[in-house]
Amino acid sequence: MAKLLAVTIVIIAILSAIPIITHTWPGNISVGLPQDISTHGVLIDEQYADTMLEAGICFLISQFVLAYFIWKFSQPKPGDKPRRFPGGAAGLVIAAFLLVGTECLALGVFGAKAWGNIYFTPPAADSMPVQVQAGQFAFYFRYPGPDRKFGPLHANLISEANANFFGLDTTNDQDSKDDIVTAEMAIPVNREIHLLMHSKDLGHSFFVPELRIHQDFVPGLDLSVHFTATKIGKYEIVCTQLCGLGHYNMKAYLEVMSQGDYDAWLKQQAALQ
Amino acid sequence: MHDMSAHAVHHGAPTSFIRKHIFSLDHKVIGKQYYGMALIAVLVGMVLSWIMRLHLGWGNLAIPGLHLLSKAGAPGDVMTPEYYLQLMTMHGTIMVFFVLTTAPFTAFGNYFLPIQTGAEDMPFPHFNMMSFWVTFSGFIVLMASFFVSDGPTLGGWTQYAPLSAVGSVSGPGQGWGVVLWAISIGLFCVGQLFGSLNFITTTLDMRCKGMSLMRLPLSAWAWFITSVMGLGAFAVLMPAVILLILDQVAGTSFFVASNLVINDQLLPHSGGSTLLWQHLFWFFGHPEVYIALLPGMGIVSHVLVTSMRKPMLSHRVLIYSMGSLAVLSYMVYGHHMFVAGMNPISSLAFSFPTLIITIPSTIIVLIWLGSLYGSKLRITSASLFALGFISVFISGGISGFFLAQPSIDIMLHATYFVVGHFHLVMAVAAMFGIFSGTYFWFPKMFGRMMNEPLGKIHFWCTFVGTYCIFMPFHYLGIAGNIRRYQAFTDDYLMPLIPVHRFITVAALFTGAAQLIFLYNLIYSRFKGPVAPNDNPWEGTSLEWSTATPPPHNNWGDKMPVVYHDPYQYSVEGAKEDYIMQTSPEPVHSADEEK
Amino acid sequence: MMGKKLAALLSAIVLVCCGAVILNQKVSAAEEGKITGTVKLDGTAPHMRGIDMSKDPYCVKANAGTPAHLQTWEVSSGGGVENAVISIQGWTGAADVEKSVPVFDQKNCMYTPHVLALDTTETFKVITSDQTAHNIHPLPNPMINVGWNQSQPPGAPPIERSWKNTEAIPVQCNIHPWMHGWFVVVKGPYGTSDADGKYTIENVPPGSYTLQAWHEPDQTQTAKVTVTAGGTATADFTLKAK
Repeated sequence: MAKLLAVTIVIIAILSAIPIITHTWPGNISVGLPQDISTHGVLIDEQYADTMLEAGICFLISQFVLAYFIWKFSQPKPGDKPRRFPGGAAGLVIAAFLLVGTECLALGVFGAKAWGNIYFTPPAADSMPVQVQAGQFAFYFRYPGPDRKFGPLHANLISEANANFFGLDTTNDQDSKDDIVTAEMAIPVNREIHLLMHSKDLGHSFFVPELRIHQDFVPGLDLSVHFTATKIGKYEIVCTQLCGLGHYNMKAYLEVMSQGDYDAWLKQQAALQ
Repeated sequence: MHDMSAHAVHHGAPTSFIRKHIFSLDHKVIGKQYYGMALIAVLVGMVLSWIMRLHLGWGNLAIPGLHLLSKAGAPGDVMTPEYYLQLMTMHGTIMVFFVLTTAPFTAFGNYFLPIQTGAEDMPFPHFNMMSFWVTFSGFIVLMASFFVSDGPTLGGWTQYAPLSAVGSVSGPGQGWGVVLWAISIGLFCVGQLFGSLNFITTTLDMRCKGMSLMRLPLSAWAWFITSVMGLGAFAVLMPAVILLILDQVAGTSFFVASNLVINDQLLPHSGGSTLLWQHLFWFFGHPEVYIALLPGMGIVSHVLVTSMRKPMLSHRVLIYSMGSLAVLSYMVYGHHMFVAGMNPISSLAFSFPTLIITIPSTIIVLIWLGSLYGSKLRITSASLFALGFISVFISGGISGFFLAQPSIDIMLHATYFVVGHFHLVMAVAAMFGIFSGTYFWFPKMFGRMMNEPLGKIHFWCTFVGTYCIFMPFHYLGIAGNIRRYQAFTDDYLMPLIPVHRFITVAALFTGAAQLIFLYNLIYSRFKGPVAPNDNPWEGTSLEWSTATPPPHNNWGDKMPVVYHDPYQYSVEGAKEDYIMQTSPEPVHSADEEK
Repeated sequence: MMGKKLAALLSAIVLVCCGAVILNQKVSAAEEGKITGTVKLDGTAPHMRGIDMSKDPYCVKANAGTPAHLQTWEVSSGGGVENAVISIQGWTGAADVEKSVPVFDQKNCMYTPHVLALDTTETFKVITSDQTAHNIHPLPNPMINVGWNQSQPPGAPPIERSWKNTEAIPVQCNIHPWMHGWFVVVKGPYGTSDADGKYTIENVPPGSYTLQAWHEPDQTQTAKVTVTAGGTATADFTLKAK
């Protein structure tokens, strides 16, 4: 029975590692990290790969050792005397502090670099501002228009019935008149975007796996992130913060376009306002 | 200290049925009541998870009879999005609070902590009785929310504000459902605070003669540390849910910011803080993970030592490590909020303690492995589950490396990776602790043995089954699969549905295997073979030196006197391969605590 | 002798009364009139913004041919206003019994009809023709009616509901925030204007009435009419877009 357990643990450990190494689930389903289309994502991916390597080795070794000890010490002969682990507890404690401690410190420090690369750097002066508003259960986006100014928001004017999703007063606010409100987000490729985030109602989140950007919307707080997309294509923006019954369907599309396509798109959207 | 136990608790054995079995002051009866409640709760929680899994695997599948549960939630047996979330929330709440906290901590702890410390009972038996009944009322209130007009709350077990604080305008179940949820959790906190108070006092003041703190078995230490954590954690959650109730019914705005608009209606709230709820909740929530886990660690260590026939490599190091886990668990809670809008510097500040918490966890695993080395391992259902615990604890713990780092958390936050991580390290590990403890202590609690072959079948199905369920969760998470989605309509999630189907099948199988356990438990309770003696596993701690089942005051006429460390196995020169704590037989060992 | 006569007389009176009560419905039906008219808009029709449904590809596909737009003001080329509800103020008569159950359909991620008029005694059905889940979230004034919020995934059976008190209730789908409609709950006979702005209220007993025309979001206008037995009264309304 014990030997069976040892074998089972080994098999489970190996089978568990296979999809991680091959990034594939039977049936040719990809289960790896989605492709990276951002400039800052490479540090995150490296950090992830390093952690996976270290964690994977720890995982396999400790499961194998567990299995080996179960195999070896489960059927003692009647005369056997228990033996002490050479080195004793002190050795293990020191090993844990040294090995795991170093590992933690290294991961922590390098991880901090990847984190700081996103959050501790200011957006470039010429970055393009886009505003996003989250609400049950859709994202809406606002572009400042030719005047490059966002008009003020009036919560009491918000009306989904009249498609005034942001609560703009286009009759009185000069800056709002040329603002362009859209339901999908288009951005030019290789241009830094400064995304200004606020929530209309509850907690939501802005997650684009390919963009390596994940940030919650906090009602009452204006947050911002900045990023540069490097690959033209259509991606999904999903909400990851439980926000009610339509949470699963709260999404928008992100279209990364060439500058020319983007300009045409913006013109077309402006005409629809 | 030693004198207290002789006269601190004096309540005579009850004679009426009600005082004996219902409103009992006896810690053993209360422990069994907790276990019974957890058993009912876990069955409900498991059935909920089956329904959820079926829906996730085959979204359009009508589950026959589902409309009987809720006509509005499942019209024509088709599950609505809100009903999925409601079941999910109830699954989480029931499992975390009423199963994982009660079964290993308050159920086994109530029964065995006084016995392992050599006490006659807990110091405040009335508080102990109230602890159960208040907790049980909490459970009833939570169940009642299934029957209010728009069903239970859908906000998830974390109940993030403002979704939970603005009333039914934010969704079905967000009015009365949330209020009942909050009342239930508030009651639960009160119950656990009473319990913790008793546990701490029992450990500190009720030990019998000769029982120094270091002579307490590891399970007793785990319960003691857990109860200290409970005091801190539940004392924060309780005011948090009270504020939440006020936001809901009294029009206050503790957690709701100004100028929020839902359904084109400007909410009347203003000036509250969204993040306040998250801070309060996770200040409780992270220690709660260890409250669920530590008793399992203690039970498993206790079972392992008995099965290995040798003491742990170091009793002290294990205790100190569990203690550091408890302390650190309060300093890491912010890792639940890396992308929640905290100052990004705080994310780093919470990241380092989270990474550091792997050190005591690693030490615990290494001590277990080091103790296994050179042991004379006996394979029983109890020890199988204890060994399985080590395996799942390693698997679940290692994924913590990823979630501890804010940069990687960008990719993994709120995905199935997190779900896989906490299910393995907290839920499955704690369940293995419960199973191990049940197989181990059943003979002492009921005077009968459980069926070993059935227990082993149960172990194999559960061990393989849980890995089949929870390992694929990690892969889904890496691929970006968001949790708490009732259907996968996104283009990049649809290809992953076959993985979900595999998990569903595994979950149904593993769940069904638990019925073997249930059968074994009930059958053995009434028809199992009578325990051959008071000490069927040849254990050394105090619970094995008293009668089976223990009498009302645990010890009969003669209070125990302790001479040794808890785990004197394979002692050189001893008559048998173990010396019980109460045995005056001398031990000549360098390790013996003074 | 006197007693017998009295008894016969009383019996006859009772019989006649009963007969009158039983026949009353049919007798009056023949004498009921109707009200018709047109609802027009004063001035040019406001521009109705197009709806971008890109968040749900199903909805985009369903509307691929004819892009959807807001339906606040549906004005015909002749100036007729659709979706105005005309009812009788202070109606005290019996309920207007419709033969068919009013249906509120969710089709192509829009509401059909955009405005559903109802009597307080009527039960209506919410159905879905879409292959994507919707939630139906009417928001009545909580002092007047009890609100609810329920999803209808594809394949779910119809939701049957009714409203207790008269009110114009906005209804919304949160999953598709552009989906917006109205339940207009009235007492007594009512009519809803069609695409040309024409409406008809059938089965109105003879008498003088004050009509009320309602248009979203909260515009009302009244007119006085006199209905004769079997005749057709006319009342036109002219609304202003705010």
